[in-house]
Amino acid sequence: MAAATSTPFGGGDTGGGGLAAGEMEVEAYRRLFPLAFYERHLRDSVRPDARPLHRARDTSIALGPVAFSDGSALVKIGDTTMLAAIKLEVMTPATDAPDEGSLAIEFYMPPICSPTVRPGRPAEVAPVISKQLSDTIISSQMINLKELSLVSGKASWMAYLDIYCLNADGALFDAALLSAIAAFSHLQIPLVSLNDDGKVITVSEELLEGKPSVELVNKEKRKLSLQRIPFSLTCLLHGKYILADPTAEEESVMETFVTVVLDSLGQLVSIYKPGGAVLAHRSTVKECIRLTKQRIDELKNILAESASAMEVA
Amino acid sequence: MAPMEVDRADGRTSNQLRPLSCTRNVLHRAHGSARWSQGDTIVLAAVFGPKAGTKKEENPEKASIEVIWKPKTGLIGKVEKEYEMILKRTLQSVCLLTIHPNTTTSVIVQVVGDDGALLPCAINASCAALADAGIPLKYLAVAICCGLTGSRSVILDPTKIEEKKILAFAYLVFPNSPISVLPKGSLTEDSEPIEAGIITSVTHGAMPVVDYFNCLDRGYAACAKISEFLRRSMESQAPSDLTKTT
Repeated sequence: MAAATSTPFGGGDTGGGGLAAGEMEVEAYRRLFPLAFYERHLRDSVRPDARPLHRARDTSIALGPVAFSDGSALVKIGDTTMLAAIKLEVMTPATDAPDEGSLAIEFYMPPICSPTVRPGRPAEVAPVISKQLSDTIISSQMINLKELSLVSGKASWMAYLDIYCLNADGALFDAALLSAIAAFSHLQIPLVSLNDDGKVITVSEELLEGKPSVELVNKEKRKLSLQRIPFSLTCLLHGKYILADPTAEEESVMETFVTVVLDSLGQLVSIYKPGGAVLAHRSTVKECIRLTKQRIDELKNILAESASAMEVA
Repeated sequence: MAPMEVDRADGRTSNQLRPLSCTRNVLHRAHGSARWSQGDTIVLAAVFGPKAGTKKEENPEKASIEVIWKPKTGLIGKVEKEYEMILKRTLQSVCLLTIHPNTTTSVIVQVVGDDGALLPCAINASCAALADAGIPLKYLAVAICCGLTGSRSVILDPTKIEEKKILAFAYLVFPNSPISVLPKGSLTEDSEPIEAGIITSVTHGAMPVVDYFNCLDRGYAACAKISEFLRRSMESQAPSDLTKTT
């Protein structure tokens, strides 16, 4: 990101909040009158980082950074970084759903991610995003819980998905959802077999070569089949402008946002607009849905590329 | 597509809301309070404020709103935190925040009964309580829950049992239609009236995009009825406020 050089801002502005006569440096203007700074950019349909209004930031996905987990992914959208890891544990399924496994999804914002988060002062937004993520993943029915079953009524998998925010720079929900999906696509279910007591234990690959008599419970199903993958895009609303994929600075200046989640079949999984000074009319909602569809095509390509990069490595 | 009539357990039609009731000034120590019920979903909201000072993260140039959500039973968890955040952001867009800068208004929501559509009920109760406390508002917010059944028809105000059975539902909040004549600039470019804009939308469950817009239409039409009810209940209780001792 190129640092802004200190070019003086002309003194005849009408957009600033009472600009005193004389010149002011760009960085000072940005801190003192953030809304006016952004509005000058929006009038030219561009943002301070030279992105057009409807473009999302550069996104990258790396699969498998956490070696000891069963599935993991590191996702970066611009500077926002999320690390997702899945650990599978065998447990007995619930009596009313003996053929299904279960999911436990947690989202953490450790102090590393933002100067406003400290050990005694947890981020207010963390439990909200955590709940939003579990609602979205369950509503979209991406994971078929029956695939997490081992022995009906006796053993099934409990998948613990933990997502850590490593750098909070706006659009946290989008990055977290993408990292969850990438981790699930990377997930390899470990091999299990029944031991002498009838309990299910995990078997490592090396042991198998020595003992061909070990009977495996789940030789065929190693990866989950993800049916309807949800992808999301957060847009800021300001007057008549719609800004896709905001940074943290943009989110602090313009408060109204809409998060649209669509699945790979084009169904609407969620439209999440929690209040905000700007009202969303139907035309705005339609435009946000259109931008999300564009973004889904980009994200599908990026996910497919990262999966093929893993196979080569 | 003509709406198909759905058989609902309590005999309502798909467009029919549960009986609404709103009582204001129920708590005498609070600056404003309201009890709003929709069928068996009952929420009690109390407003204290404006009090001096804001919290550290809040902007001192504006008034800030603090929401505390108390569930009927159990400890406070992620569900309550999410409700608090949605309610806070909705009320922030409804209040005129620049009139009393550097103040905090606390809204405490107590769930008395939960039979579906809990968040819309809480939003309605909080707005009535804010009006009862005399906090300056831009408009009142009117909230409704629209459910989408498996046969793709929209039902309004589902009960808890209905919420579990249906495909998806959406909580929608619209601004209360202003009764005065609006200045010309208040219509959008497509000449959509300003009150058709959504303040808040929270959805659960996957639904086709077309059905979401159906929900918006039906929800908006039903909110007009709730707005009427709200206005009537405020007008009828107005004379008693003059004799309220502070």
